[in-house]
Amino acid sequence: MTSLPTSTERSLGLVIDLDTCVGCHACVVNCKEWNTGGYGAPLADLDPYGDEPVGSWLNRIHTFEVTPEDAPASIVHFPKSCLHCSDAPCVTVCPTGASYKRSEDGIVLVDESMCIGCGLCAWACPYGAREMDPVENVMKKCTLCVDRIYNDNLPEEDRTPACVRTCPAGARHFGDFSDPESNVSKLVADRGGFDLMPEMGTAPVNKYLPPRPKTATEGCGASAATQDETANATGFLGWLDRALERLG
Amino acid sequence: MHPAISVIFFTVTSGAGFGLIAMLGIGMPTPQGPLAAFLISLLAGGLAVAGLISSTFHLGHPERAWRAFSQWRSSWLSREGVLAVATLCLFGVYVLFWLFAGDRPLWLGVPIAILAIVTVIATAMIYAQLRTVPHWNSILTPLVYVGFAIASGYVAASALNPETNSSDRATIAGIACLMLIVAWALKLSWWHRAGRTSLEAAGSTPETATGLGAIGRVRLLESPHSGENYLTREMVHVIGRKHAAKLRAIALTTGFAAPLLISLAVAISGGPLALLAVAFVCLIAGLFVERWLFFAEARHAVSLYYGR
Repeated sequence: MTSLPTSTERSLGLVIDLDTCVGCHACVVNCKEWNTGGYGAPLADLDPYGDEPVGSWLNRIHTFEVTPEDAPASIVHFPKSCLHCSDAPCVTVCPTGASYKRSEDGIVLVDESMCIGCGLCAWACPYGAREMDPVENVMKKCTLCVDRIYNDNLPEEDRTPACVRTCPAGARHFGDFSDPESNVSKLVADRGGFDLMPEMGTAPVNKYLPPRPKTATEGCGASAATQDETANATGFLGWLDRALERLG
Repeated sequence: MHPAISVIFFTVTSGAGFGLIAMLGIGMPTPQGPLAAFLISLLAGGLAVAGLISSTFHLGHPERAWRAFSQWRSSWLSREGVLAVATLCLFGVYVLFWLFAGDRPLWLGVPIAILAIVTVIATAMIYAQLRTVPHWNSILTPLVYVGFAIASGYVAASALNPETNSSDRATIAGIACLMLIVAWALKLSWWHRAGRTSLEAAGSTPETATGLGAIGRVRLLESPHSGENYLTREMVHVIGRKHAAKLRAIALTTGFAAPLLISLAVAISGGPLALLAVAFVCLIAGLFVERWLFFAEARHAVSLYYGR
């Protein structure tokens, strides 16, 4: 069972738009809210109101600073959850068959009743997508909200992962990557979607869209900051600058 | 990586146990009589079993450990479990022969020795297979594990050897010196490689981790959470790296220099082989430090997302 399927009928996953994400953590909170009551054991927290709270989360947002060589640094909010890799190393290392990748839709899941909590799958994942539940002692990971997306009891607009449904910025998109005409495939093609750590050979399904290039603004480059910005001042400010200089 | 005591104890102790089983299997001499047979089997099997039991202590659900025997087709951890149990079962049959017939058949002993070494290889492959930890991801990792298993097994078996001829005793102790030198030479080359290997050298950087390298240099500005989490506790361990040089010196002094000097003294004087029991204890103590570092020094790819 922990051998990977050679191919999957569909390839469900997320596109995360790093240009649009505002880092509000709403997807993180809604993920926790849905998944603590949904598939499998609740997502526990220890010492939630104490000095050292710790708990299992399936989605976390890091914030990075990116500094181009010739422009000022910019901030990129970076949501990270399971990428449902085609060549998922977390699945093949599992000794019990608890971890598996579904051949019908490519979702990587954990059968918690079979998990021995050895943690090897978390070691095998380069992305930090798996976290051990501190109370249930079984491995937790993103299920792509498998209990929402096929759930006929929900209104149709809610049959999408909780993180996607809640994102106020529209930075998260859910769809089938095996269909070149799907919303996610088109987004990836149009915007140059990329893989995280391709060198790890995991072939992630989830893709990230890069931030759009910033409009170059006169006089606000990193190199400009090092120049004497008053040299070219004209008019009243120029006169004031020169007058104050003369005062010594 | 977090150096869990249970896993350190497991890899060192079961390595020594399977090494000793291999040495008994290929027919290294032991004292006569059923009592000696019983006690020596208990020592060899006990070391291996104690290690395996200890490894279940770090499991979240030890009561489900039996499930780990099922995925041997794909998982090295599962293979390790299957091989360990197969080796121990055959060794049990071997011990029955030894106890009741007073005979140690090579036709059974040699396959057991091979299985024991393959078990140690499977243990090492649990770590060596992980591309996420470049320090471990090398053929040198199983070589080091096997080298230490054979060396510790041989030193233990030599200490039990009832040889009376002093020149033969000198030869046996001389081979022990050789085994120690080979095993630690492998470890030194592992350390040498580790010194030149890093996530960056393996091609993983904060830029590839975020895919933002095309824009510029990437630095973590704000962590997803203010405290620790499972990932940072398990995989972003920084204390080991700080004292690595000192700990390597301690491992080499205790695990290499001390047992080598004792073995050398026996090899030169032809003195009692029982002295090698002290060498064995020193070697195991040194290996605990070596194994602690094996985990504590290793850097996992996920640390790139946490800026440390």
